[in-house]
Amino acid sequence: MPSDEKIIDPDKERRKIKCDSKMREIMAQYYMEAKTPKEQRGKPIAWITSGGPVEPLHAMDVIPIYPENYGAMIGASKMGVELCERAEEMGYPRDLCSYARADIASATVNGGPIGGLPEPDMLICCNNICGTVLKWYEVQARYYNVPLFILDTPITHTEFNDEMRRYVTRQSEEYIRFLEQVCGKKFDYDRMKVVGDLSIRGQELWQEILDTTMNRPAPMTCFDAFFHLAMIVTLRGTQTAVDYYEMLLAEMKERVAQGIGMLPNEKYRLVWDNLPIWYRLRWLSNKFIERSACLVADTYTSGWTSWMPFVDRSDFLGFLGESYARIFLNSGTDIMADNIIRMVKKYDADGVVFHSNRSCKPYSFGQYDIQRIIQKKLGIPTLMIEADMVDERSFSESQIETRIDAFIEML
Amino acid sequence: MDPLQLFRDISQHPADYARQWKTRTGGKVVGNFCSYTPQELIVAAGALPYRILGSGADISRADSYLQAYCCSLVRGSLEDALAGRLEFLDGAVFPHTCDSIQRLSDIWRMNTGFGFHADIILPVKLDTESAVDYMVSVLRRFRQDLEKGLGVTLTDARLADAIRICNQVRQLLATLYELRRTRPGVIGGSDLHAVFRAALVMDRVELAEALATLVDQLAAAPQSQDESTKRIVFSGGLCSMPDIYRVVEEAGGRVVWDDFCTGARYFEGLVDETREPIQALTERYRERVVCPAKHAGIYNRGTYLLEKVKENRADGVIFLFLKFCDPHGFDYPYMKAMLDKEGIPSIMFEIEDQLSSEGQLRTRCEAFLEMI
Repeated sequence: MPSDEKIIDPDKERRKIKCDSKMREIMAQYYMEAKTPKEQRGKPIAWITSGGPVEPLHAMDVIPIYPENYGAMIGASKMGVELCERAEEMGYPRDLCSYARADIASATVNGGPIGGLPEPDMLICCNNICGTVLKWYEVQARYYNVPLFILDTPITHTEFNDEMRRYVTRQSEEYIRFLEQVCGKKFDYDRMKVVGDLSIRGQELWQEILDTTMNRPAPMTCFDAFFHLAMIVTLRGTQTAVDYYEMLLAEMKERVAQGIGMLPNEKYRLVWDNLPIWYRLRWLSNKFIERSACLVADTYTSGWTSWMPFVDRSDFLGFLGESYARIFLNSGTDIMADNIIRMVKKYDADGVVFHSNRSCKPYSFGQYDIQRIIQKKLGIPTLMIEADMVDERSFSESQIETRIDAFIEML
Repeated sequence: MDPLQLFRDISQHPADYARQWKTRTGGKVVGNFCSYTPQELIVAAGALPYRILGSGADISRADSYLQAYCCSLVRGSLEDALAGRLEFLDGAVFPHTCDSIQRLSDIWRMNTGFGFHADIILPVKLDTESAVDYMVSVLRRFRQDLEKGLGVTLTDARLADAIRICNQVRQLLATLYELRRTRPGVIGGSDLHAVFRAALVMDRVELAEALATLVDQLAAAPQSQDESTKRIVFSGGLCSMPDIYRVVEEAGGRVVWDDFCTGARYFEGLVDETREPIQALTERYRERVVCPAKHAGIYNRGTYLLEKVKENRADGVIFLFLKFCDPHGFDYPYMKAMLDKEGIPSIMFEIEDQLSSEGQLRTRCEAFLEMI
């Protein structure tokens, strides 16, 4: 029998995003440098949370490593269950975040697709995404016996007040002192300006890329955004990210100009909420494509630009604390609902798909209310998928497929 | 009334107590969720601080608001609110602790319709100067929120009184623990649990009086001969399972200490009455052992547990966790490892609903006590 893989579908080829390979190359390079023995690479390594302020690290020539990004890689490589089970053997309950479980276990066995992350010289934990990262980084601070810096970002339930502003601003200064101490050198404020500009530029480009899906047909889906997101997370504040996103944006604009959509037939437009289900990305993407439903936007990948309204170009460092404190996940459920409503309108979506993610309580609790708010204010159908971002044991294929079908019928 | 009987009654029907208190005094009742609620400020505002723990009734309404992977404390409390079992509340206070309580605050604010709603957005770290300064400002803001929300003026004099009475309560509760420690058998575990359950909701002046009577009574009671029991320390968030004490006692053990927020963490550390009141309240939280949702160094709770085990000459530790409680789940392996290193045996129970698996609990508890 001839192999299916050898048959090239020209239409499928045309729809493929050409930048993908460049992205893989850059990410491989990034991990390769980080995995180089310390004596050769020279630069220290900081592990940092996905919503953490990475820019001062770049200014200090520290390599930032993101255990959450690695968690996603572990999930996508379907290595999550094994590592999660290992963490459970270590005494961590199964109900804890699967990124955390996978990372804690991976550290002890050099697990995951690249054989473990390089050891940290310091840990930077910002709790704007959850309280879990605090506990997780405490675990790693004990395991690696390295200094831990916590940027504590009070949540905006209903308002962000002056006391909070003062507190996070003072902590930004403490962060700089911490880095000076750990790195044994003065902080480079001039370099910080450059990094700050690159960070803002990267975020602007990323948002522009996400916004190309306002076009019909959308040149990409949120499943593509999940992939290209890695750069704004891990290399935010670098020229590499800016260059790459310029290239990607150009490609997207070209696709729009030529009317190339990611779907052969884009009938429905949907918004996704919460983290991706990493081990089933392709399966889920296909399920929606087969039903002519295009996931045009998501709350997750746009999360990395949600602080943009609070950033100050002329004083990046001065507003660092506030902008990081005010990301959408660190705000009240009704504010999060407003965010989705804005997205539905902006991207002209016909429905919302919620991933109720066992691993992420602050993202998932409140989703039922958001569902009701959307139904009331927009009158569009919503779908709730119960799963987990990395732990496949919480995924029920047949149930989810049935739900998707029922949902599509309602559109 | 026999003080113990009073505590038993209130612990079984805390809501009835609050309703009667309200009728009796015309005061307002403020629900709260956590040992980080500065109860002194609520008392000073003339209101009754009422700790919400969830009545343990079946959950149906809360299912439309919270997923099944949320802990029974949060789901159960919301259920009670939605079912109208907390109709006597004039409002509720949510100190920022874990992710689940954080979202409960939003859901509560949007759906339950109680008048007064306050978030006390505390720092998560308590070991830096800027965090402590921030905490002071948060408590000042809460003081204003209370004044506005309850329509009262909260004077320094009233706050000083409230601090005094809450300190008195803490000292009396500490004396009870001391009595139990030095004279095992003087008060049963489930009775002490009843005292604490009641202490979380009672008018603090009435509470201080009843506690004083109880302490006198117990101090005069004859010394128990029962010295052969195995001494157990409990570790976890809260205990909403009075029967666990019976299980331990029937298996030949006796609880001598705990680090529950509904136990030792409730009374440990006094507020300095000589200092500016808000600074003094902050200072108590800074010095006290933390809840695992807060940070004060990476070994704070483990070191504390070891100290308490040694101080109380305990033979073993029983960890008691609510299922889906993330902060405790993350701390458990290192705390257990610290105990292991010192040769202190321990066992862990994860509890979802009250008494859901008493049979299994009993068997494991018996085996554990036999082993130590």
